Amino acid sequence: MAADPARPPGRPRAQMPHLRKMERVVVSMQDPDQGVKMRSQRLLVTVIPHAVTGEAAGAGGACAPGLHPTSVSPVQAATSCSGWPRSSASRRRRPCTWAPSWCCMATSTRCATPAAWCSGQMRRPTGSRPRTSGQVPCGRLRSWTMECYDRLHKKISHVWDLVLMQAREQLRAAKQRRKGDRLVIAFQEQTYWLVNRPPPGAPSVLEQGPERGSRTASHVHMTKSADFYKREIEYCRRALGRTRVKSSVCLEAYLSFCDQHGPHDPLVLGCLPSNPWISDDDAYWVMNAPTVAAPTKLRVERWGFSFKELLEDPMGRAHFMDFLGKEFSGENLSFWEACEELRYGAQAQVPTLVDAVYQQFLAPGAARWVNIDSRTMERTLEGLRQPHRYVLDDAQLHIYMLMKKDSYPRFLKSDIYRGLLAEAGILLETKRRVFPFTRRPRRSSPSPALLPTPVEPTAASGPAGGDGVA
Amino acid sequence: MCDQTFLVNVFGSCDKCFKQRALRPVFKKSQQLSYCSTCAEIMATEGLHENETLASLKSEAESLKGKLEEERAKLHDVELHQVAERVEALGQFVMKTRRTLKGHGNKVLCMDWCKDKRRIVSSSQEHAVTMPCTWVMACAYAPSGCAIACGGLDNKCSVYPLTFDKNENMAAKKKSVAMHTNYLSACSFTNSDMQILTASGDGTCALWDVESGQLLQSFHGHGADVLCLDLAPSETGNTFVSGGCDKKAMVWDMRSGQCVQAFETHESDINSVRYYPSGDAFASGSDDATCRLYDLRADREVAIYSKESIIFGASSVDFSLSGRLLFAGYNDYTINVWDVLKGSRVSILFGHENRVSTLRVSPDGTAFCSGSWDHTLRVRDAFLFSCV
Repeated sequence: MAADPARPPGRPRAQMPHLRKMERVVVSMQDPDQGVKMRSQRLLVTVIPHAVTGEAAGAGGACAPGLHPTSVSPVQAATSCSGWPRSSASRRRRPCTWAPSWCCMATSTRCATPAAWCSGQMRRPTGSRPRTSGQVPCGRLRSWTMECYDRLHKKISHVWDLVLMQAREQLRAAKQRRKGDRLVIAFQEQTYWLVNRPPPGAPSVLEQGPERGSRTASHVHMTKSADFYKREIEYCRRALGRTRVKSSVCLEAYLSFCDQHGPHDPLVLGCLPSNPWISDDDAYWVMNAPTVAAPTKLRVERWGFSFKELLEDPMGRAHFMDFLGKEFSGENLSFWEACEELRYGAQAQVPTLVDAVYQQFLAPGAARWVNIDSRTMERTLEGLRQPHRYVLDDAQLHIYMLMKKDSYPRFLKSDIYRGLLAEAGILLETKRRVFPFTRRPRRSSPSPALLPTPVEPTAASGPAGGDGVA
Repeated sequence: MCDQTFLVNVFGSCDKCFKQRALRPVFKKSQQLSYCSTCAEIMATEGLHENETLASLKSEAESLKGKLEEERAKLHDVELHQVAERVEALGQFVMKTRRTLKGHGNKVLCMDWCKDKRRIVSSSQEHAVTMPCTWVMACAYAPSGCAIACGGLDNKCSVYPLTFDKNENMAAKKKSVAMHTNYLSACSFTNSDMQILTASGDGTCALWDVESGQLLQSFHGHGADVLCLDLAPSETGNTFVSGGCDKKAMVWDMRSGQCVQAFETHESDINSVRYYPSGDAFASGSDDATCRLYDLRADREVAIYSKESIIFGASSVDFSLSGRLLFAGYNDYTINVWDVLKGSRVSILFGHENRVSTLRVSPDGTAFCSGSWDHTLRVRDAFLFSCV
């Protein structure tokens, strides 16, 4: 959802109203006249100040509606928050301790929160390394918590010494405290994490996924500076210079596209002989395999829609190559293919590929010299001095348009194409099977990863169509 | 078939640093120079000149944006549903689930079809031996079908070559390709097995070489996390669109790294973008419960697919082969099928027990598959009762 930049990090938005209400109730409870009677409770040898019994709080509940059991942390039961321990003493947190200073460190690094929650144990986020022997968080978050810890370490490494010193001081002070106070602080810490857990019903962080946008809310504020506006201005200037097309023209284009491709869309008009997913019959896929002896009529028709469709289909491309061979312009298509290979190839191959293409197609006296106009040739040759992936783009575009405007229309009128169109069979729909139990057993297709080496298909068998990879 | 407009990029020597780069026109005191992108960036960050203040820059930007909107509106003469009136309506659709794929132990987050039209790769939230993190939010099949790429909270995109040798440990052959500074939200192979395009929560997209792991190009401009991307099916194949949490959908040129067009009409995060099959338009699905169609040549939004009764965000969209149908999966566990031309809803599909997280139509258009947080994937197709 849209990020709210004013939201304090670490506190889910939904909890703020709850906390404010509770604070009001707690303050009213502390009121000497109307509040609940408080006294010191003895727990074995320690004394816990400001304890309130459940009954007293219940009686005082009439004037303090909204006091929810979870706002009160039971002294005896460590993590139970359901039910209201009637007679056991309950320690009530004071508002000022809801955000102890060390918790600010925790909220600024949200990564620590899910780890602590998941581990079900308390973690001290400042300074001290988690004792890996005793407090390892549960399995699947282990590496992530380690990464988060490393990130935290990087963030505060420049003040690491200060942090360590502070931690030592805190530890020393903690040891010196009376046991009663220590108990109280421990429960406070527990309650803090109880309070800051997501409200019941809301998806937890493990459910919801990484937080989007909120981290970069500040990022957006930062970039509204001079160069942000300058970039905007530059973009607007460029955009104003664009040529735009009328809406009516564009929309008519959609209509004609849908019209043209409608018969080829299995989800709209169905496919012949039958949709393999419905009838469990592979015939459709077999007939439309990339390389098949007799392409279907629909397929051959598609080649006539646009040059792109023709080139995308390997069979179409092969037939087009034959046609060009007859016209002695086959090198155009080969050049185009070589340029595509360069553009989408591995980075390490770029210099060798550029060289190969030059030698074969562009060098004066080359074996398969392509006919490019002089200006493009000049630019290309100049660019070849520092070869990069896109150096042949101009030449490639020129040849592409040449083929599209010149060879392609002639191909569509040629005997080759007409012959294919006439030969291509029109498919009949297979009879729909009435009895489901005569369904053919489903076999999985051979994986493309196995195609080079002939392997028995059973080695790759799995449920048809399923290949879940976690 | 309509002609496409091609973007011509001039390569040459920059006027400032004299290196051979892709050049951009830059105006300096009303004189046009050609700078390479790095010099242009340096110039932009040089600080304000004397007469400029932040306020004046802001007002200039606003006025230019206003002018841009005016220009766009000038050529808008007709609405899509008006033009589509003469198209005959689609009949009743019956879409049935043909396969239910169970096998994931946890939420399905992403899926992709293989080019052989039958295989699917899907990723989920479970803790598996091979993946170093729990949330795998992006996965893609290589065009040859021999490798898959996936990534998520580990900030990386890793490529796994596919093998069915039982003794082989897939994790051993893993190659880490992309490195981002925040989670990986989407990845896709370009036309070959050797390049990957990724989108990340750090607000950038990047193009990587698989073999060496080298960054070939990076795309900056989004103001927040980028959630989705799609490659254009155009013949010169150089652009892609990305959508992000800053409510913008931006079209990028892969060669120069520049943003070519940007659209900002959504009211919330854009979860998914997909090109129309002709490449002239793209649809986007967003958390504001609408799907919108943007035309690239007219440079504007041309249709909104929404209903009062739909209040949950759309998590993923895809077109059927002819572009007549738009399938959108929503967070209220349903899939809505829209008639792209008429703008009306054709059908609503139930069956999932939790939110639909991903939806893709198969490459030959015979079926579509939806993955959901209820741990299953459902492959469905349609049976049309045509109206006579």
